[in-house]
Amino acid sequence: MRSGAFPFAAIVAPAAAFALSLLVAGVSLWLGGHDPLRAGAALLGGAIGSTDAILSVTLVRSVPFILTGLAVALAFRAGVWNIGAEGQLYAGALAATWVGLGFSWLPGPLHLALVLAAAAVGGALWALVPALLRVRLGVGEVITTLVLNFVAIDLASWAVRGPLQESRRVFPQSEALALDVRLPALWAGTRLHWGFVLAAVLAVALWWVLGRTLIGFKVRAVGSSPEAARVSGRIAVQPVTLGAFLASGAFAGLAGGVEVAGVTYALYEGLSPGHGYTAIAVALLAGLNPLAVIPAGILFGGLEGGAGAMQRFASVPAAWVGGVEALVILCVLAIHQGVRRFGRAARDGGDEGA
Amino acid sequence: MSEIIAAFLEASVRLGAPLALAALGESITERSGVINIGLEGSIIAGALASALGALAWGAGWGVGAGAVAGLVAAAVFALFALGLRCDQIITGTAVTMGGLGFTAAAYESRFGATGTALSLPTLGPVTIPLLSDLPLVGRAFFAQAPTVYLAYLLAPALWLYLNRTGWGLELRATGEEPAAAEAAGVRVVRTRVLATLFGGALAGVAGAHLALAHAGTFGEGMSAGRGFIAIAVVVLGRWNPLGVLAAALLFGAATALQFFLQTLGLDLPYQLFLALPYLLTLLALAGWVGRARAPAALGKPWPEPT
Repeated sequence: MRSGAFPFAAIVAPAAAFALSLLVAGVSLWLGGHDPLRAGAALLGGAIGSTDAILSVTLVRSVPFILTGLAVALAFRAGVWNIGAEGQLYAGALAATWVGLGFSWLPGPLHLALVLAAAAVGGALWALVPALLRVRLGVGEVITTLVLNFVAIDLASWAVRGPLQESRRVFPQSEALALDVRLPALWAGTRLHWGFVLAAVLAVALWWVLGRTLIGFKVRAVGSSPEAARVSGRIAVQPVTLGAFLASGAFAGLAGGVEVAGVTYALYEGLSPGHGYTAIAVALLAGLNPLAVIPAGILFGGLEGGAGAMQRFASVPAAWVGGVEALVILCVLAIHQGVRRFGRAARDGGDEGA
Repeated sequence: MSEIIAAFLEASVRLGAPLALAALGESITERSGVINIGLEGSIIAGALASALGALAWGAGWGVGAGAVAGLVAAAVFALFALGLRCDQIITGTAVTMGGLGFTAAAYESRFGATGTALSLPTLGPVTIPLLSDLPLVGRAFFAQAPTVYLAYLLAPALWLYLNRTGWGLELRATGEEPAAAEAAGVRVVRTRVLATLFGGALAGVAGAHLALAHAGTFGEGMSAGRGFIAIAVVVLGRWNPLGVLAAALLFGAATALQFFLQTLGLDLPYQLFLALPYLLTLLALAGWVGRARAPAALGKPWPEPT
C-alpha cells in the first residue's frame, strides 16, 4: 500500500474504515434482532471499561494480533500472499510446547528463550513448504498456505491426543508448562505478560529493518515490482522472497509460542480461534506499517476481548466479531481504491488546467 | 468386501459432489479471468441458507435458498473486486471470513450456542432406473441426491458452452486477452461479474448439498476449507469442466477414506485421514501447476490500473 499524505493515509482513512465497518456491523446486529447500542456498550465495557479490562483483556488479547499482524504485514510488503499465519501459529505453539515440556534440565531463563526460539523456528518451518513451492516450482502460495492451516490444526489435534497429551490421558490438551518457562506478568495482579513488550519491540525492529536497512529496501523493492528488482540486476529476487516468507512464518509461529508461554501455559485444540486470519485485517488496517500494527493489534484485541462481554451481557454471539473483521478489510480496500481514484482524478484535472 | 468398496464409492461420490459443484462454478469464474477465494464464504452461506430454507419450506426450496445465498456472497466479492477493482485475493479472503463469521453468529442467534444438533429435512437419494443396477458402481453413482446429478449434467454442459458456443468463446477471451475481447465488443466487466455470480450460486448449491444431502444438519465452519480445495481441483482438472468433475471425485475419495479407517482395520491416527484432502491439494498443486496453463489474465484487474 502506498503511503500518501501522513495524517490522511495513516489515521483518517483507517479510522473511517473502522467506523464504517462498525456501522454496517451494527445494522447487521439490528437485522438479527439485537439492540446494537446495548451490544456496543457491553463490548466497550468489556474492552476498556476498567483498568483490569484494559490490562488483562484488551492488551493480553492484542499480543497474538500484533505478532501475526507483523507476519502478514511483512509478507504482503514482500509480495508474498501468506494467508497461512493461522497454521504457522499452531506450528509455533506445538514446537514451543514440545520444547517447554522437555529440556527441563536447562536453567529457567535459557529454557524460556529456547521455547520462544522453537516457536519461531516451528512457524518458519511450516512456511517452508509453500515458500519452496513458490520459489522453486512457481506454485502460488495462496491456496498452499490456506490448506496447510487445516493440516496444522489436525497436527495439533493429534499431538494433544497422542504424544503431548497430559499424563492422565483424559483431556485433549498437553501438560501445563513449568513456572519458569512461563512469561512473567508485567505487573503483579494482572494477566498482562512480557509477551506484549516483546511484540512491541519486534514491531519497532521490523519497522526499522524494513524502512532503514538495505535488506528492508530489497524486500520492499521485490514486493513492489519483482521484475524491476530482477532487471536492475542488484537484487536476487528468490532469496529475498524466500527469506521474507520464512521470517513471516517465524513471526506467526512466535505468536503461537507466546500464547502458550504467556496465556494458556498448555497446548490444546482450538488454541487460536482464527488469529491468523484476523491478522490480515490488522495488517491492512495498519497500512502494512509495522509500527501501526501495534495500535491496530490493540484495537482488535479490544474488539475480541469485548466480544466475550457482549456475548454475556447482550447475548450477541462472539463469532459476529469475525464478520466485523471481514468488513474492516473490505472497507480498508474500498477506501484505499477510492483515494487512489480521487487522487488520479485530481491529478488529471490539474494536468488539463495546465 | 465388495460391500465395503461399494459403500466407499458411495461416500466418495457424496463427498466429491460439493467439490465438483463448487469447482465447476469456479472453473467458469476463472476462465473469465477472476479468481474467487471467497468461494468458501459462498459455500458456508449456502449451507446455512439451505438449512433455514429447508426448515421453512422443505429440502427442495432449501437448495434454491442455498444458491441465492452463495450468489449474494459472490455479489459482495464482485462489487469490491470487479466494481472497485480491489485485490482479488484479499477481497476473497474477506468474503470467506465474513461468511464464516456471520453464519456462525446467525446460527447461534437463532438456535443457541450449545443447542442440540439441528435436524434438517434431508435431500434423499433418487434412484436412476437401470443405471443403478450396475454392479459395484451402480448405487454409488446413480442412487444419490439430485445435487449430484446436477454436477454430472453440468460438467458436459459447461464443456460444450466453453468450447462450442460463441458466448463460451467470449468468456475465454475475457480471461485470456481482456483488451482484445473489449476491442471485439465483449463487455469484459459484465462477463466477469456474471461468471463470478454463477460460480457463487453453484458454491451455494455445494453448501446446500453438504447440509441437506451429506450431514443432515448445519455446523459452524462445516465448509471446512472445501472452497480452497475446489480451487486446487480446478487446477488439477486443467480448467476443463470434464477434468474438474473427475478431479473432484478423486478428492471425494480422499475425503471418504477417513470413514473407512475402522472398516479397514488400520491403526493410524484419524487426524492423518482428516488432513489427507489438504495434503492431496498440496501435491496436486505441486505436481500440476507447471503443466497446466492458467488463463492469462487470471486475477488481474480490468480495466488495467494506470
